[in-house]
Amino acid sequence: MGRTVGSAPLPVSGRVSDTGRMESVLTRREPVRSLGMYVHVPYCSSRCGYCDFNTYVPGEAGHGSRESWRQAAIDEVSLAARELSPDRRVDTVFFGGGTPTLLPTSDLGAVLDEIDQQLGLASNAEITVEANPETISGEKLQELLDCGINRLSLGMQSADQQVLNLLDRVHSPGTAVAAAQEALAAGVSLVSLDLIYGTPGEDLRSWRSTLAAALDAGVGHISAYGLKVEPGTALHRRVRRGEVPRVDQDYSAAAYDATDEILSAAGLNWYEISNWSLAGHECRHNLNYWRGGDWWGIGPGAHSHLAGSRWWNHRSPQRWAAALQEGKSPRAGEEQLTEDQLLTELVMLHIRLVQGLDPADLGQNRNHITAKAEQLRELGLLSVGEPLTLTLAGRRLADRVTVELLEHA
Amino acid sequence: MTEPLPGATPSGVIRNFCIIAHIDHGKSTLADRMLQATDLVADRDMRSQYLDRMDIERERGITIKSQAVRLPYQAEDGVRYVLNLIDTPGHVDFSYEVSRSLAACEGAVLLVDAAQGIEAQTLANLYMALENDLQVIPVLNKIDLPAAQPDKYAAEIAHIIGCDIDDVLRVSAKTGEGVAELLETIVRDVPAPLGDSEAPARALIFDSVYDTYRGVVTYVRMVDGALSHRDKILMMSTETTHELLEVGVISPEPTAAPGLGAGEVGYLITGVKDVRQSRVGDTVTTSSAGAVESLSGYRDPRPMVYSGLFPIDGSEYPGLRDALDKLKLNDAALIYEPETSVALGFGFRCGFLGLLHLEIVRERLEREFGLDLISTAPSVVYSVLMDDGSDLVVTNPSEFPSGKVAEVTEPIVKATVIAPADYVGTIMELCQARRGSLLGMDYLSTDRVELRYTLPLAEIVYDFFDALKSRTKGYASLDYEPDGEQASDLVKVDILLHGEPVDAFSAILHRDSAYAYGVAMASRLRELIPRQQYEVPIQAAIGSRIIARETIRAMRKDVLAKCYGGDISRKRKLLEKQKEGKKRMKMVGRVEVPQEAFIAALSTDQDRK
Repeated sequence: MGRTVGSAPLPVSGRVSDTGRMESVLTRREPVRSLGMYVHVPYCSSRCGYCDFNTYVPGEAGHGSRESWRQAAIDEVSLAARELSPDRRVDTVFFGGGTPTLLPTSDLGAVLDEIDQQLGLASNAEITVEANPETISGEKLQELLDCGINRLSLGMQSADQQVLNLLDRVHSPGTAVAAAQEALAAGVSLVSLDLIYGTPGEDLRSWRSTLAAALDAGVGHISAYGLKVEPGTALHRRVRRGEVPRVDQDYSAAAYDATDEILSAAGLNWYEISNWSLAGHECRHNLNYWRGGDWWGIGPGAHSHLAGSRWWNHRSPQRWAAALQEGKSPRAGEEQLTEDQLLTELVMLHIRLVQGLDPADLGQNRNHITAKAEQLRELGLLSVGEPLTLTLAGRRLADRVTVELLEHA
Repeated sequence: MTEPLPGATPSGVIRNFCIIAHIDHGKSTLADRMLQATDLVADRDMRSQYLDRMDIERERGITIKSQAVRLPYQAEDGVRYVLNLIDTPGHVDFSYEVSRSLAACEGAVLLVDAAQGIEAQTLANLYMALENDLQVIPVLNKIDLPAAQPDKYAAEIAHIIGCDIDDVLRVSAKTGEGVAELLETIVRDVPAPLGDSEAPARALIFDSVYDTYRGVVTYVRMVDGALSHRDKILMMSTETTHELLEVGVISPEPTAAPGLGAGEVGYLITGVKDVRQSRVGDTVTTSSAGAVESLSGYRDPRPMVYSGLFPIDGSEYPGLRDALDKLKLNDAALIYEPETSVALGFGFRCGFLGLLHLEIVRERLEREFGLDLISTAPSVVYSVLMDDGSDLVVTNPSEFPSGKVAEVTEPIVKATVIAPADYVGTIMELCQARRGSLLGMDYLSTDRVELRYTLPLAEIVYDFFDALKSRTKGYASLDYEPDGEQASDLVKVDILLHGEPVDAFSAILHRDSAYAYGVAMASRLRELIPRQQYEVPIQAAIGSRIIARETIRAMRKDVLAKCYGGDISRKRKLLEKQKEGKKRMKMVGRVEVPQEAFIAALSTDQDRK
């Protein structure tokens, strides 16, 4: 694992290396495993009905202050620097949330500077920030660029006002496209739009318009997720009370097929089940997750993974910050992955990627997994040949394929 | 006067009686009160419902196994009597055991709740007592209840047994009011036993209980002669001989005695380990110079209802076998043999006396042996005559022959329903719908009616009792007894999954009900069986004719949620769970079905009951 192979060379913009040379993560050979930093900003101005992330709106219990978040994030970077070997460089940083752009950009910059000073950012590091369209302005974009951010992931969800209403999104359909265009014009070369399909009430016509609108924005990366109604969310309660119909899996399947068809035609090819991009626009930070790389999660509830060891922080921002302030570990739990678990994760994650699952990585399980793969090929879920890659039908049933492949493992 | 001792009690001072009562009408409480009134149980040892030994009995408030207690009683006439209270099981499934308990008595206390009136089962047992020429003492209980209507129900009872209203005693077992008078009435009205103390020994077995420490404890009523400690005895139906290791009476704890004389009631211990060797209804005599003729009325226990019992966790199969082997020691009516089901794995086909017997066995298996079980829909015993003249007995729908069937006969019962008169119409409708034919109808009082029907046992076993209860707001009571067989237009309905029959769901039904069953079962399974990667038809069929069809559409998509850093552990655990779940999948042809789906389909069926 930790191999970094790819389908296409990836031009990287943003922080140009000292030598000024463009370098591709997918062709580069590294002496050590790649390392990503995830920074969780747990704040939102309001909570969306479908969202089960670890986020807090003002006034909510456990919210804590933004000042304490900034200091604690900086403290956790120091903690990471103490634990990680000094020769490691950070290849990617991802500010996720929540809504990171709700914070003053100087807070994000301060954390990023700390990462660079304590750990060292690779010269070609990919630095992403997630944003809701309504938080983006020309001024904000300039601040983000100035502090080193080179990738923007915008939550667009849909171009259909009714869908946005049902999802409790506060922006109007045109805002996300406009924000993406503004970002591209301002010089953020990597812009991604997040979309959600399968919302009750949506039909294929509505979804095709959403895809067209996203492509019109001119972005090189689109993530499209099937809506999942998570227990504990307001939407789940509404579905349970019968106010909102359940997500129709057959419709979602049709929407997925439409997504692949429309995005491929526009040159954005799938590289992971829910992600499509122009060649070279793949999200390196996320690829690192799927390839079993190392990453450190800064922030409340953030998960980390270092060479088969995984841990996660306290979910409450207050508790997380308090632990760091007292010089204690912010960890709430950890697990050391067993051989079986490592195999499950390898199959589960690699099969999601366009490069697929290489039988050479399977060790002693190679034979029975390839035998199971033969059955799945007959059902039309895997393509012919190796590595094992999902067909379109297989992508829709990826969980099933994973379980089948692992059946006797 | 001195206390009459076991083995040396003149039959003139003995009174053998039982209490006939409906569940909850206060039989156990009355028995408790009698124990106290005769000073047999010190107040501090008194626990509620003293004579109900098993936990299940105490919790369900019913008596499954009868026992007999010897009550020394100083009557007002100055004589010291011996009252033997023989407890009777209170449910229709155990009517044979009831009949043997009644045969051991000369008198019966008819105990009726003064707020509810007589119920169908009580009535059936009362008729049985009257047929056995028992002296019936009518008693209204719970007269302390605000809702009691003693005058009304006294009139009802007087009408049924043909006595005077004033002959109906009024008692509160709870407060003790009237219990003293009842005891005096028993002494006065119940005849002393008539037996020949000089004749060869003959004892009627009316109950047989397995005890972990003592082996089988056999409860007997000495009819003629005597039995003594160390006698060699002969069980006349099974023709086995044993040595009497212990003879005794329950008073109220087991107390060894030198012997039992004519008219007395007590217990025998021989060291046998299986109640099948000491059967209810059998006659015990001495192995040398014993009786030639056994007492009348013995019959082998005959299962009326069959059901498959399967452990939900397949690895518990050996545990289930051991548990059944143990239960069998204490339950002469329970029979079983191994059965394999595609849907449910390895289990046992079990025969029961009836539905309650099934429920009790299942509950004991789950409670006392910690097993988690699923049972298939109960089936009655069918006789199938083929065109070629051969015939066979079918207790499991999956054994129903596929060839040319000339005739199928099914057991029928004579059923008695007692309900408020307002419900006569709805009850008649129900019985009509369940293929019943009316035998007669009587008003017990101005507003309570007794209806008599013949009904197929299969309809009763299916859901008749529940339907009756729900249509009469719980006011109707039901009793039934076997009444032979009848030929009916019966067919076997198979449920097919992708063309493969699912054995656990085959059913033998009247042709008129087949379609409804097929539609209901197919649609239930469609709800419960997860979508596969291809379309799966579910069909209901009679032979090769399809009568209903549903389709499970192909699954096109599973969850395509995000899978980023923080999602990986959760996602992995989910897949590990699915992988574990896959191991428990049952294959029906190519179709993968979680056992839970089969269990749920069967449970929904059982929940209705």
